[in-house]
Amino acid sequence: MLTLNNVEVMYDKVILVLKGMSMQVPQGRIVALLGSNGAGKTTTLKAVSGLLKSENGQVTDGAIMFEGQSLVGKEAEEIVKSGIFQVMEGRRVFEHLSVEENLLAGAHTRKNRSSLKEEIERVYHFFPKLKMLRSRTAGYLSGGEQQMLAIGRGLMAAPRLMLLDEPSLGLAPRLVKEIFDIIKQINQEAGTTILVVEQNANVALSIADYGYIMENGRIVLEGEVEALKSNQDVQEFYLGMKEGGRRSFRDVKHYKRRKRWL
Amino acid sequence: MDMFLQLLVIGLAVGSIYALVALGFVLIYKSSDAINFAQGEFLLVGTYVCLTLITAYNIPFLPALLLTLLFSALLGLVVERMVLRPFIGEPVISMIMATIGLSSFMAGCVHLFWGTDTQVFPKVFPDTPVQIGPVVVAQVYLWSLLTVLALLAVFTLFFKYSKMGIAMRATADDQQAALSMGISVKKVFAATWAISAIVSAVGGVLLGNINGVNSSLAAIGLKVLPVALLGGLDSVPGAIVGGFIIGILESLAGGYLDQYLGGGVKEVVPFVVLVLILMLKPYGLFGKREIERV
Repeated sequence: MLTLNNVEVMYDKVILVLKGMSMQVPQGRIVALLGSNGAGKTTTLKAVSGLLKSENGQVTDGAIMFEGQSLVGKEAEEIVKSGIFQVMEGRRVFEHLSVEENLLAGAHTRKNRSSLKEEIERVYHFFPKLKMLRSRTAGYLSGGEQQMLAIGRGLMAAPRLMLLDEPSLGLAPRLVKEIFDIIKQINQEAGTTILVVEQNANVALSIADYGYIMENGRIVLEGEVEALKSNQDVQEFYLGMKEGGRRSFRDVKHYKRRKRWL
Repeated sequence: MDMFLQLLVIGLAVGSIYALVALGFVLIYKSSDAINFAQGEFLLVGTYVCLTLITAYNIPFLPALLLTLLFSALLGLVVERMVLRPFIGEPVISMIMATIGLSSFMAGCVHLFWGTDTQVFPKVFPDTPVQIGPVVVAQVYLWSLLTVLALLAVFTLFFKYSKMGIAMRATADDQQAALSMGISVKKVFAATWAISAIVSAVGGVLLGNINGVNSSLAAIGLKVLPVALLGGLDSVPGAIVGGFIIGILESLAGGYLDQYLGGGVKEVVPFVVLVLILMLKPYGLFGKREIERV
């Protein structure tokens, strides 16, 4: 469905952030993109959704294809219309608008305005909490409620591919679990393909089918979730599991060395 | 008491026009964080275009007004496209400087085409004053008030319910996020400038009907800035309330104080009030504070 091939992204014509990034998101699945700070995860999403432009970023090489169409150089609004929606990091709800107005803003690209009532009900089906808060000013919602609103707002655009950027950011573990369960539910009931970027590898791998691990602007590891979970490096560096107590820095170096071979 | 009511009604009418023009300031400030110093010139151009359509082409008032609005909307779009769009992503101060340059340019064009003499609007509203209770008011004031109230109602509904209105408010809140919704920020900016030019033109035509038309009308643009600041530069209700407050104060001050102070009080009062209010409420009366969750 979505294919990135050898993508390079540069900011301000000098800072090379993605250095030959390649990945695939097959239809109907949940793909997780993991990695540490500054690896280029968010940049990858923005390269797909066309939000790079407003930050002086540019795709300088490689191809981004969505259902056979190239996305490179397209305006964000065209990309939303073609069926991709990015839920930005940090929720970014419209603070001075009510919950329902936020949802309507999400439906900005929808042609059929008469079905919006049902669409809003559909969002309330996934997020019953939002229904009670419908006329509240979004800026005063709690972090978890805002994250639900951000995802719900995305659903209003009826995307076939949803890009979620760190939905767990700043939320309590119980809420993180709740939100990821709903993401899974959206994937299953609405058939929406999902690409989720996360620092919290544990929770992301709990719902994903396939995972990519990114470092320094390229993919260093990929595989079916089960395979990734049992990979020793992933266990140690991303899932925080340790076998046989603390390892020394010499062994960390071993990982660095392996990464170059990859 | 009669005099008070009389001044109050006139203040309301003039204040409603200020409110309308202030709305133009607020819209542009909300969407792009810039203050449009050419607001007064938009008003001036709109007024002269309407006047010319009526006097030179003998078009009746209402169609002439509609054509003027159309022209103003186009003018707003062209100005946004040619002058302001290159400044997207540049420091706001550059954009503000550009509007100052634009205001000189437009004022120059107006002098070039229409000269500097005061011209009188042909009678649009009947001369006979209306008696409301103890107050006698010229019809032009009443019509101004009604027109403005109707327009304000239309805009309120537009921002609350229409797709574009919601998109405009969303963009004012968070431009990047609006972009990610597929909202075209360029279209939003264009719409903002078009609407802003339209409300200025309506304000100008109404004022022209009250005071006659010459290039000093543009100074209204500067007088309305305190109105917008008073209400809070980013608040539409603030612009409306601020407009009425300044209009009424001005009218009352002119009526009661001019005889003791020798005239001109009218011009000073808005700024005195502005300074006082901003000392007490730096965000303006209704200015939006950053929402902070605790």
